[in-house]
Amino acid sequence: MAGLSGVAAGLGIGGYLLYSDEPIRQSVVVPQRLRDFRVADDPLHPDLVVVRGRRVDAMVQAAVDKLGGMGRFIRRGDRVLLKPNVGWDRQPEQAANTGPELVEAMVRLCRVAGAKSVWVTDVSLNDPRRCFARSGIEQAAVSAGGEVRLPGQEDFIATDMGGKVLQVWPVARFFHEVDKVINLPIVKHHSLSGCTLAMKNWYGVIGGQRNRLHQAIHASIVDLAAAVRPTLTIMDATRVLKRNGPTGGNPADVVRAETIIAARDEVALDSYCLQFLDLTPEAVPFLALAEQRGLGRVAWRDLHPVDIQLG
Amino acid sequence: MSGLRGVRRVYAVFFVGLFVFFLWSAGFGRLQGYDVELLLQLDPLTALAGVLTSHTLYQGLAFALVILIPTLFLGRFFCSWICPLGILNQAVSHLWHRRRAVEAWEENRYRPLYRLKYYLLVVMLVFAAFGSLQIGLLDPIALIYRSFSLSFLPAVDHVAGGWFYTNAPVFQGGVLIGGILLLILLANRFITRFWCRALCPLGALLGWCSQWSVLRIRRDVDACNQCKQCLKACQGAADPDGAVRVTECHLCMNCIEACGTQALHYGLARERSSIGRPLDINRRRVVESALAAVVAVPVTKSSLSVRTAPAPEVIRPPGSLPEPQFLARCIKCGLCMRICPTNVLQPALLESGFEGLWTPILMNGIGYCEHHCVLCGQVCPTAAIRPVTVAEKVGAPPFTQPIRLGTAFFDRGRCLPWSMDVPCIVCEETCPTSPKAIWYEMVMVKGRDGRQVALKRPFVQPDLCIGCGICENKCPVADLAAIRVTSVGETRSRDNRMLLHQQAVIQDPSRADSVVSG
Repeated sequence: MAGLSGVAAGLGIGGYLLYSDEPIRQSVVVPQRLRDFRVADDPLHPDLVVVRGRRVDAMVQAAVDKLGGMGRFIRRGDRVLLKPNVGWDRQPEQAANTGPELVEAMVRLCRVAGAKSVWVTDVSLNDPRRCFARSGIEQAAVSAGGEVRLPGQEDFIATDMGGKVLQVWPVARFFHEVDKVINLPIVKHHSLSGCTLAMKNWYGVIGGQRNRLHQAIHASIVDLAAAVRPTLTIMDATRVLKRNGPTGGNPADVVRAETIIAARDEVALDSYCLQFLDLTPEAVPFLALAEQRGLGRVAWRDLHPVDIQLG
Repeated sequence: MSGLRGVRRVYAVFFVGLFVFFLWSAGFGRLQGYDVELLLQLDPLTALAGVLTSHTLYQGLAFALVILIPTLFLGRFFCSWICPLGILNQAVSHLWHRRRAVEAWEENRYRPLYRLKYYLLVVMLVFAAFGSLQIGLLDPIALIYRSFSLSFLPAVDHVAGGWFYTNAPVFQGGVLIGGILLLILLANRFITRFWCRALCPLGALLGWCSQWSVLRIRRDVDACNQCKQCLKACQGAADPDGAVRVTECHLCMNCIEACGTQALHYGLARERSSIGRPLDINRRRVVESALAAVVAVPVTKSSLSVRTAPAPEVIRPPGSLPEPQFLARCIKCGLCMRICPTNVLQPALLESGFEGLWTPILMNGIGYCEHHCVLCGQVCPTAAIRPVTVAEKVGAPPFTQPIRLGTAFFDRGRCLPWSMDVPCIVCEETCPTSPKAIWYEMVMVKGRDGRQVALKRPFVQPDLCIGCGICENKCPVADLAAIRVTSVGETRSRDNRMLLHQQAVIQDPSRADSVVSG
């Protein structure tokens, strides 16, 4: 009888504890924002440096030195994430992905500056293993002492993007787990937005059904650029995909511009790079939108860019 | 005397390890030239059935002779020494082995039911002789490759992720494929190695071949004290305590180890060796089975399938043979689906007819055919998918045409720019050909509120489309895409065509712009 009373009491208490007005019990997760990865302004150094030359490692070194050296951006012990464009299963000559030489040079500079870890990641459109292998970026990253992080289905965290069209979206968790983020885009033709440059490269941060972003592509690009504020951006304009972007495929669509541009202002950087694609800022609405949001300046000349010519 | 049984166990561990290693290696970045289809090539049954359907012993399938010829002299060593399914059955049977001798004797005695495998073999070979390769349904090597690739490995990855995949794949009807293997393993609970004893057509073939073997298990009738410890340990139901049935014996060597008086040995006959029993099949049943199959073949062929009419959803992997030849070669092993990096290759249910059950088709809702990937053809053991090069697939010199899997068609009623005046053209963005097979026209349209909207409306240029399906896969209309690939225009078929000219109109990429601006 005592046992039966115990069971009855247990049922009563259990029923009280489990009672709910909701059909399913779900844990409530408050989406976090990405942290601001920028470093403090420094009036002694320029915010836009253009380096022309042949050897990518020397060009990257010169550009970073002009901006104040890697020590300005990376502290000893920092966890650094590099975000090249590795969207496609293409080889470097096809210029659909960031060049492996730039990735290798940047991983090395971060290591020399004392970074604890250097991760290289992207949310690729084609199969990520093939993209990283055939673009040469996996080998470049590993040989310079970095690590490739391929996001799997489970590697995304709902993140508050705080944008006009982008609110809560899944973001690759690696972006939440580092101290510094460096953007390594490439100059490419893109059929819908006109061009794929630095701000458009942040498409590779989010997962989910991001193909819907095309329905408001300029607003999406600005929302992404507002949500991810990188420490530094270094543009690969050594090879430029002029047509048939963003996939490319035919080396005849690629011209060699042999330029590396380092910047802290992504709007000015993108605006500067339009010349490689024979575009004007008026043809690219996201630039003006970004300036309205206070992300940077379209008139890149106001930044007094430094031009360096290496042998 | 831990002699031959110990050696057999070393072999068993080695070959199961090899099987798992090959499955693990069958992924992008790990393949590295490993012959991951080796175990399938060693299989004499798929080789024989393939010879019957295609009249060739294709390349690596000649390895099957390495198994077949020794079997004539040594007996069915394959079943307990090499076959991963046999070894797995043996291991599972061991978990459920009977401790009481009378129960074990009852379970391990020979039963007439075990003739069934020979009749199944006859049915399968008659089907093959008439050009229908259904052997893969029951062949143990194809079966275990299929079950592990399409069900067990993805399931393991769900529990302990990251060993085999970045993202665990999903497969149409995978639960059925895995469930069959689970039933086979469960059957060991009731009868030890029920699959091997009663159902396995490869075991039947090897059993038939072993009936003349000179080396076999033999019992010294003088030394034997009739304790029946050998029968208690027997895996094959081969009656080691009486007249040994060589055709049923898997050479597991348990009986030799179990014998207390060392009356059993594996080798040539000795003076006091017992007689053996011949192959136990009823000739009338064999003829009946063959006749039934002869009747069944035209019945299956008379039903609607891709042989008789092209099916839009039957899109075969790049390099696949024309459908009749494809079905004459595909053993449904699932290795192509294991290695496919995008998970687009799926086991067909009845899309291509009953004959095509579990053959690979592309389902672009799940993945797409990666432009520069040819892995499926590289691992196919029977070349139902030919091992094409990347150059042949994409149509790079010296080839003049790419391999087309089908053609993409817009569903303008679902397409955002066409029916809803919403900008999109993700399809054009992802199209991998150069110049792109998808192009667009700039139009200004007036919306419901009177505002002018600038839109890019996409079109397919069918002679440039290779049918890779990435447009369908990436289309934001998620459930039923607004652009879908069907099989028409596929390179492998002469009949499933629509265009008179397959020649690409644009050969010069510098002219692509003028077309795009349309």
